[in-house]
Amino acid sequence: MVESLLAQAEMNGSVNVAMNIAFGIIATVMIFAAFSVVTTKNVVHAALYLVVVLAGVAAQYILAAAEFVAVSQVMVYIGAVMVLFLFGIMLTRAQIGKEEGLNNSGWQLGIPVALLLFGLMAYVIVDTYEDTVIGERTPFATEGISDQVLAPFLVPFLAISFVLLAAAIGAIVLARKD
Amino acid sequence: MLAAEETYKSLELSSGWFMENAWLIALIPAVAFVLIIAFGKKMPFKGAEFGLASIGASLVIATGAGIQWMQRTDSADHGGEAAQGMASGVRGALRAAEGAEAKPFIDPVVSQWVWWQNSGLEFGIGSHIDGLSILLLWLVAFISFLVQIFSLDYVRGDRRYTHFFAALTLFSSGMLVMVMASNMVQLILGWEIMGLCSFMLIGHWWEDSYNSHSALKAFFTVRVGDVGLLIGTAILFFGSNQWAVDNLGTNGFDIRAIQAWALSGDGSSWTLLMASVALFIAAIGKSGQFPFHTWLPDAMAGPTPVSSLLHSSTMVVAGVFLVARIYPVFWEGFNIANGGLSFIAIIGGITIIIAALLAFVQDDIKKVLAYSTVSQLGYMMLGLGTGAWLPAVFHVFTHAFFKCCLFLAAGSISHSGSHHSFDMKKDMGGLRKFMPITFGAWCVSTLALTGVIPFAGFWSKDEIIDNVGDAGYTFLFWVGLFGAALTAMYMTRATYLTFFGDPRGAAAGIHHDADHGYATEHRETLVTAATIDRELVTVGAAPKSLGAAAAHGDDHGDDHGDDHGDHGDHGDHGPHESGKLILIPIVILAVLALTSGFANPTPLAGDALGLNLGEGVELIKEYVEPRAEAVSLDIAAGHAGESVQLLEPGFVPNEAAGFVPNEAAGFVPAAGDKKAGCGRSTPEVGTVCYFPAVSHAVPTLSKILLSLGVVAIGYAAAIGFCIAFYKNKHPKLVGLTERSRIARGGYLFLKNKYYLDALYQNVFVYFVSRPLAKATYWFNQNVLDAAVDGVGAGGKRAGEFVYKNIDQKLVDGAVNASGTIASETGHGLQPIQSGRVNHYASLLFGAAAVGAIVLVILNVS
Amino acid sequence: MLAVNFLLLAAVLFCIGVFGVIARRNAVMVLMSIELILNAVNLNLVAFALMNNNQEGQVFALYVIAIAAAEVGVGLAMVLMIYRNRKSIALDELSEMKG
Repeated sequence: MVESLLAQAEMNGSVNVAMNIAFGIIATVMIFAAFSVVTTKNVVHAALYLVVVLAGVAAQYILAAAEFVAVSQVMVYIGAVMVLFLFGIMLTRAQIGKEEGLNNSGWQLGIPVALLLFGLMAYVIVDTYEDTVIGERTPFATEGISDQVLAPFLVPFLAISFVLLAAAIGAIVLARKD
Repeated sequence: MLAAEETYKSLELSSGWFMENAWLIALIPAVAFVLIIAFGKKMPFKGAEFGLASIGASLVIATGAGIQWMQRTDSADHGGEAAQGMASGVRGALRAAEGAEAKPFIDPVVSQWVWWQNSGLEFGIGSHIDGLSILLLWLVAFISFLVQIFSLDYVRGDRRYTHFFAALTLFSSGMLVMVMASNMVQLILGWEIMGLCSFMLIGHWWEDSYNSHSALKAFFTVRVGDVGLLIGTAILFFGSNQWAVDNLGTNGFDIRAIQAWALSGDGSSWTLLMASVALFIAAIGKSGQFPFHTWLPDAMAGPTPVSSLLHSSTMVVAGVFLVARIYPVFWEGFNIANGGLSFIAIIGGITIIIAALLAFVQDDIKKVLAYSTVSQLGYMMLGLGTGAWLPAVFHVFTHAFFKCCLFLAAGSISHSGSHHSFDMKKDMGGLRKFMPITFGAWCVSTLALTGVIPFAGFWSKDEIIDNVGDAGYTFLFWVGLFGAALTAMYMTRATYLTFFGDPRGAAAGIHHDADHGYATEHRETLVTAATIDRELVTVGAAPKSLGAAAAHGDDHGDDHGDDHGDHGDHGDHGPHESGKLILIPIVILAVLALTSGFANPTPLAGDALGLNLGEGVELIKEYVEPRAEAVSLDIAAGHAGESVQLLEPGFVPNEAAGFVPNEAAGFVPAAGDKKAGCGRSTPEVGTVCYFPAVSHAVPTLSKILLSLGVVAIGYAAAIGFCIAFYKNKHPKLVGLTERSRIARGGYLFLKNKYYLDALYQNVFVYFVSRPLAKATYWFNQNVLDAAVDGVGAGGKRAGEFVYKNIDQKLVDGAVNASGTIASETGHGLQPIQSGRVNHYASLLFGAAAVGAIVLVILNVS
Repeated sequence: MLAVNFLLLAAVLFCIGVFGVIARRNAVMVLMSIELILNAVNLNLVAFALMNNNQEGQVFALYVIAIAAAEVGVGLAMVLMIYRNRKSIALDELSEMKG
């Protein structure tokens, strides 16, 4: 694998070998963890595997020169969303340990649908971006994001603020014991 | 750009406060609407003062803006020419060859406030002042003002007086918003406000179910068209957005960008055709063109000022305005430049004739005028569809005055002459003696409508017909002339029935409480042969339909609600002339019906008739028609307003555009080359066109005499008929519909409005309103069973033995199968609805995958 | 680095998420699978931002993160309520929508 990457690097000068290796390792871990999320028989394990996937996504963001998004990913997903999930698991009294019947009766239906979708997307992606090479790039300045958020995308930003407020109120109303 | 710099001359255009603040024209009535709703009932005049004051203020600003627009145009023509020295020489050469066509494009004055901005897409609201919008702004403000004055007296004492004025004011605001729109979003906003107000005002007396039914009919019919407006706008946006961003720095909703894009030759002809068709469907709905004209006569259920303002002179021309506003789209989409027989012209021609024919069989004076309006709108569409932009817009202008005047006169008659009845046969006749002023105004407007010479309609309608003929549409030319003759005939009939002969019914002083026009005649959906021949009921004879009218209860139609006591004083006295508040607007409009044609009399027509009108009298052509001259792109992109640099035609040697080099005087155009110029050839790189080079017909004496002769024949025939039929009751004519099958058939066909209402009601609505399942059920029951029966019958003929086999095996199987199919169509999809989220998810993703695969296959192959 | 890498990884994550949504019976697990799908989309957005040298993709990714947080909050609250009412969060027992 390393040789093939090196060969690739020779062919195309702009390919960064270290980056490719890092990407490959992280991607492998992510795919394994994601697969475990949907196959494991233990709900808590699934949540922990999900942490691995989310952390992997954050690492990929750093590779893709989006360090602010990466930091947000870590803080929001791993920090907040995962805690919510763990609380959700706890409050719904799922077994801590192996559990039977985590899958539907017709769960096999998911396999052809997922494979069909993947085949389709892989074909389209490879067909379109086969030769596109991303050159080395210095990370974007975070300042740029603030410029984008506060000028051209201000209205969606405000809209999202309202959505979050509504979601917070809605969650409280729904979860309250009456 | 270095070389190009020399060819562009800077042109200073004057501007002014009124033009830059023209948005106030629409804003003031909108504010007034809120004030009327909030405080109207507490005010001494019940809110009418807000409406009148706001429309008055709008009228003042519109007038100021109009004057400033004229100054702006003049500043371009005179100041610009003088500053450019040599340019005037070139202009002179052009003028000699093409007849003063080469005047610079006048940049509109745009004031915008951006209320939505996201990722480069901006929506603005504001004013866009050019010749067309200033003409309509002034017209709407003026007519609204007069109609509000008229309404002060006419609807006095109505139980929803305040709301009436609120809706009337909001309507004016909506129309003004639409007229001054600089982007399609604002145009749609104004368009929909008008639709809402039209609905509210038609159903003003909603206690009567006929009125609310008419309001709903109007609303839904126009709504069908509005779908076209939305679709057309979307098509235009996606077609022109990238071009607009690249070239003009605006977006695909901007009307100027749409105009320029349509003429740039960059849009595909299919896109333009689709957009034109969609937008024209909207115009058909709003302007009551065939086949969506059916709502307009029913809209007369509203109070007369509403009919006068909305449904004759302003709102219904919104469709015409839409076509005129983004004319380049239609010009290119329907290929008007090359004399393509456009959808617009065909619809306009059909509408002229069918609406005029329908006007013959109406007994209701307002419905005669309504069909007349439809017919006249057909003329405008016909003009637009054949490239006669200017005459069509001019006809909007003149038509507003005389048609508004006719409606107000009809309102005056019903108010004071016939005790709230609009039935010409039952309650009118001989009114000229009682209402001389109304009669005079009516006659002037009728002459204007029919196109008799010095009156307004002549100058505009004849110009349309003339241009249609000149553009090579001979058949439509004759259609237009035939329509003019029909107009003269039905207007003569209406005039005779209303003002001449012996007084009948209410006009004769017979006062029957329950006799209120709409309550009786117009509820019958279909007229049958038994009821067709209503004779005139004169004094002494028992009114035939009185009993039927009385059966319809107490408080119907164009009545002013509970406050009947207000009218007690004249109810007993028979017909008399109306009060000042009603007469003043009518007289003003009548004067304008006489004179407004002189805003744009074709000088050559004047010459041909021996009238020396001098030069420069074609005000509408001078100030309203946009000049079809290319404008250099980089300057036009930026700030609209103060100064614009213009491409001087002739400075750029371009043979394709019709200019050939000439050493002596720069360049002169190839004379008579109609294939060049904006809208006929692609504009130069770096320039855009905003308006196509429409051609103008040169009127000739023979054509004028022909059209006047046609009108005269129409008048003569109609007067002769009226005297013979209504006055002398000629035995051969009376009862003709009972004796002759053809006459009866034709009469019934017209009386039932070509059965279009029945078609819509019984076919379209019936099928749409029933669930589709019912149709499927019907199919199962009738078609499949019939097929099975057919198979069975065939088997019977083939022989007993075979019959038994087939019956047992095939037919029974087929019957069972058809039963199973019927059951399965109902139950077949049921298992999918398992109620399980996971199943739904897999179906969703599976369907998305299959859909995407289809798209990929389509793209690859 | 090839653009295909990011996009294929995102496609894999997306399809695993889809499988999870279809196959899982536990409502909390379905929500986790939805998080996988959202992250796959985000990864795509960031990758396109990198390819086009344009930060708008990152801005959208941030917005998606914000929406995802709201979605998890409301989703888990609903799951809690379902659990409280039925003492079970097995999705195949929830078939009120059956037609």
